[in-house]
Amino acid sequence: MRYMLGQIFSSVRFRIGFSIFAFILLTVLIYPLIITEPPLKTISRGTFLSPGIYVNVYDSIGFSPQYTLLLDGAAERRIAAKLNADDRASMKEWLVKAGLPEESIDTQDTAALLEVWHANFDPTIRLPGMTNADRNYYIRLNTALDGLLATEGATIAVPDATTGALKEQAVVDQTSYVNIYEVPNSRVFPLGTDNFGRDVLTELVAATGVSLIIGFVAGTVATVIGLLLGLISGFLGGFVDDAIIFVTNLFTVIPSFIILILITFSIGQDKRGAITIAVVIGLTSWVWTTRAVRAQVISLRNRDHVNLSRLSGHSTAYILMADIFPYIASYVVMAFILQVSSGILAEAGLSILGLGPRTTEVPTLGLMMNWGMIYQAHILGKWWAYFPVILVIALITFSLNLMQTGLDRVFNPTLRE
Amino acid sequence: MNMKSDDIILSGKGVTKIYGFGPNRTVAVDHVDFSFKRGEVISIVGESGSGKTTLAKMLLGLTSLSDGQIYFEGKLRDIRTHRQKREYWKNCQAIFQDPFASFNIFRKIDAVLLDCIRLRHGRRLPDEQKVEMMREACRFVNLKWEELTNKYPFELSGGQQQRLMIARIFLLRPKILLADEPTSMIDACSRATILDMLMDLRSEIGMTPIFITHDIGLAYYVSDTVYIMEHGRFVESGSADDVILRPKEAYTRRLLDDVPKLHEEWDLSTV
Amino acid sequence: MTTPMTRAMLEVNELTTRYITRFRESIYAVDHVSLSVGDGKSLGIAGESGCGKSTLALSLIGYYFPPLHYTSGEIIIDGRTITGMDPDEVRKTILGREISYIPQAAMNALNPTQRIIHFIEDVVLAHHPGTPKKEIYERARERFELLGLPASVLQKYPVELSGGMKQRTVIATSVILSPKVLIADEPSSALDVTSQKMVIKMILDLMDKGIIKSLVFITHELPLLYNVTDDIMVMYAGQVVEIGSADEIVFDSVHPYTRALMGSIIVPEKGLRDVKLTAIPGTPPNLKNPPSGCRFADRCKYVRPECRVAPVDLHETASGRVYRCIIPEQELRTLYEHEKR
Repeated sequence: MRYMLGQIFSSVRFRIGFSIFAFILLTVLIYPLIITEPPLKTISRGTFLSPGIYVNVYDSIGFSPQYTLLLDGAAERRIAAKLNADDRASMKEWLVKAGLPEESIDTQDTAALLEVWHANFDPTIRLPGMTNADRNYYIRLNTALDGLLATEGATIAVPDATTGALKEQAVVDQTSYVNIYEVPNSRVFPLGTDNFGRDVLTELVAATGVSLIIGFVAGTVATVIGLLLGLISGFLGGFVDDAIIFVTNLFTVIPSFIILILITFSIGQDKRGAITIAVVIGLTSWVWTTRAVRAQVISLRNRDHVNLSRLSGHSTAYILMADIFPYIASYVVMAFILQVSSGILAEAGLSILGLGPRTTEVPTLGLMMNWGMIYQAHILGKWWAYFPVILVIALITFSLNLMQTGLDRVFNPTLRE
Repeated sequence: MNMKSDDIILSGKGVTKIYGFGPNRTVAVDHVDFSFKRGEVISIVGESGSGKTTLAKMLLGLTSLSDGQIYFEGKLRDIRTHRQKREYWKNCQAIFQDPFASFNIFRKIDAVLLDCIRLRHGRRLPDEQKVEMMREACRFVNLKWEELTNKYPFELSGGQQQRLMIARIFLLRPKILLADEPTSMIDACSRATILDMLMDLRSEIGMTPIFITHDIGLAYYVSDTVYIMEHGRFVESGSADDVILRPKEAYTRRLLDDVPKLHEEWDLSTV
Repeated sequence: MTTPMTRAMLEVNELTTRYITRFRESIYAVDHVSLSVGDGKSLGIAGESGCGKSTLALSLIGYYFPPLHYTSGEIIIDGRTITGMDPDEVRKTILGREISYIPQAAMNALNPTQRIIHFIEDVVLAHHPGTPKKEIYERARERFELLGLPASVLQKYPVELSGGMKQRTVIATSVILSPKVLIADEPSSALDVTSQKMVIKMILDLMDKGIIKSLVFITHELPLLYNVTDDIMVMYAGQVVEIGSADEIVFDSVHPYTRALMGSIIVPEKGLRDVKLTAIPGTPPNLKNPPSGCRFADRCKYVRPECRVAPVDLHETASGRVYRCIIPEQELRTLYEHEKR
């Protein structure tokens, strides 16, 4: 056993695959211990918040102490954030159309540009070729530019409870800073939030766990059915074999994904839990395991060690378990790994079609893709809502397949380099 | 000659095995008749594809007959149930060609030997007695049980494994032993050891060995009666000296001609 | 010893090759082997499985790939030393042209999706690039007909041929460039006796018709070897234990191991049933750490304390017998006489 494990881990492919898979598995197990909130809890009222650190604005303003930092170029960066290159170009365009010489305007020199702008801009002037929308844009731009170069701070006022009059509470200078870690309400969204305002990372970790369970259950169901049918069919032969191989052929000819779709559809949205889906996937994907096991058993059943076992008076069940199964066990393990990986993919496929587990309880990788698609994350460019999901699916199946080929190389000496 | 019917230990009438049907139909064994006398050494000689291995499997009861009957000790052999089969296998055992493929690599040597004790004596023996029996069987084939216990068969050499196979037969004490090419996979020097042990075993437990082989020399060396098999039929049978030294059938003659010999010229012009 | 009067086609001097295992242990499977095969002569190599005869066959062609490594000694083919040459060079200029090798399962190495002629084209084009296919076909057809194989075989796929026919085709293909030396490792042991005879006849034809000059034939079947080769070399645990003419080795061997090996021969001939086959107890030594003295000592009936002291050399007696044993020839013969009585 120890030698066997040594052999398996001597395969580089297996080691890489195992490391990736172990990392994913550990993340799924450990993450919920640290972040304990439920994965499907709505956290933000907005949708598709981009990845980042979020600080409560109210707390950060009222926060004391405030620090005064004198940073070079702080003003420029603030202005640059409000006045982007497109706006500068538009300002130049307006000024040129208004009759100023083109070369006198330097879009890079913010102070000079604003000065020229304030001196010349008049919202009432209608320039030739300018639509109403354009005019409104320039008016909005002009309002936004007000006070951009001002050096005094922003005043925070609180309405008086009885009179409703605003009363100055504090002044936030442009050089005021707070330490992000001292603000009591801040939240990190490494992968942003999704369309329902849920933390994508937490959801992804939970979804990975559920998908792995689905894959595992589907793989177990498929492997157990496939193994039993394959063993019986291959070893007994004759009529039993014919009957089983007939059913197997039937399932082979009809694409299993279509059967899967039909079954899940007929189960109905309400009854579709993650485990139900997993069992259904398992029930439709045992065919290849059966065929492979049967072929192996047929090649084994006339081996001399099986004949010897019969001559020693062992029963068929005993021979199947002691003389056939150990010889194909490594093969079955490899088939199981592939079944797990294809189970995860099948769930993803079903869920994208909207036939996955019902959405209220648990996230799955497929459901996350489905939500991303329905809410047009891919069109809106909200990559964080679907790309990490794709990456995780790819990594899981990649690591499982890598482990499988690694095992294959160990168990099939003919494939060794 | 007045021969008492109980002298015949195993006989067959019209024994036939057909595989497949329709265009795939192959007749592996085609209506063969035989009667093997108790205590004689019998050889069935044939080239690959002659049906000798299929016949051996039918004699062992591992494959069903398509047609014909096999009589064991004068009575029609009935092995339809598992219990009947077990009963038959107490009397009829086998040694296979490839020792490396004959043992389950996941089971230890002790398990293999204990299986035989269980088949013959049931489960009720005390452990010390079982150990004593295994020890005795190993001693018979020149192996030390102390060195074998808790080991796997594949840890032994080919010759040792084949000896372990004989130890199995020693424990089972069957009336018939089918030896399917028992020496073709082991070295020439171990061959004599194996054959000697089989012959010793024969006198020890009074069994009837049936050799299934392609090696006509081996058949001549060990057996009293030789059956030559071609395309599922026996083409010639008789005492070893008659068949090998004075062959009547063309096929037997050709078979003998094709074997390289030491004292006779090997005529290569006949191919 | 039957020293070849003719020019030596294959000469091997003190060749040593070893396997290096995963655990960096060396197994000297061929240990200081010297042999010489003359023009028009054939040499048989006999021994039990694991004695190094197949490794010797692999080593003789001078093409080494891990885990087999060349260690020392030299191989000379028709005056040309091939040891120490670049492996690629050996593959391009020696293999197939000077020396050909037929491994045990050669006939199973044919790609089932290609016609026989394709393999012949491969062999010819590898050595003579640019030969027109028509010319290759003509040459192959001529050669096949010379060897009694129907030319129609060339257009067939390997699966269409019987085992014996496949093996003969492989042999005919491997000697298409008329190499000087052919190394055949158990070329007929997977076949039934009739096909075996045909394969042997063809190999002997190759010699008779001058397609090959010398033959090295390896098998564990001694009666076959006796009928095929002029000389026989017996190997045990990686070393040569005795070498001599086929008659000397089979009927009048000196070394106790050869003697025992010959005593285990079974052929369907008169008198066989009166002979008691010899059995050698025990197993060959582990070549990872072979015994310091004679390697056969543990299994030898005539072992003496001095056998285990120092390595025993292969030596030639006054009567011209070459064997590896410290007991003098006369003394051994007396022992064998006693044995008979």
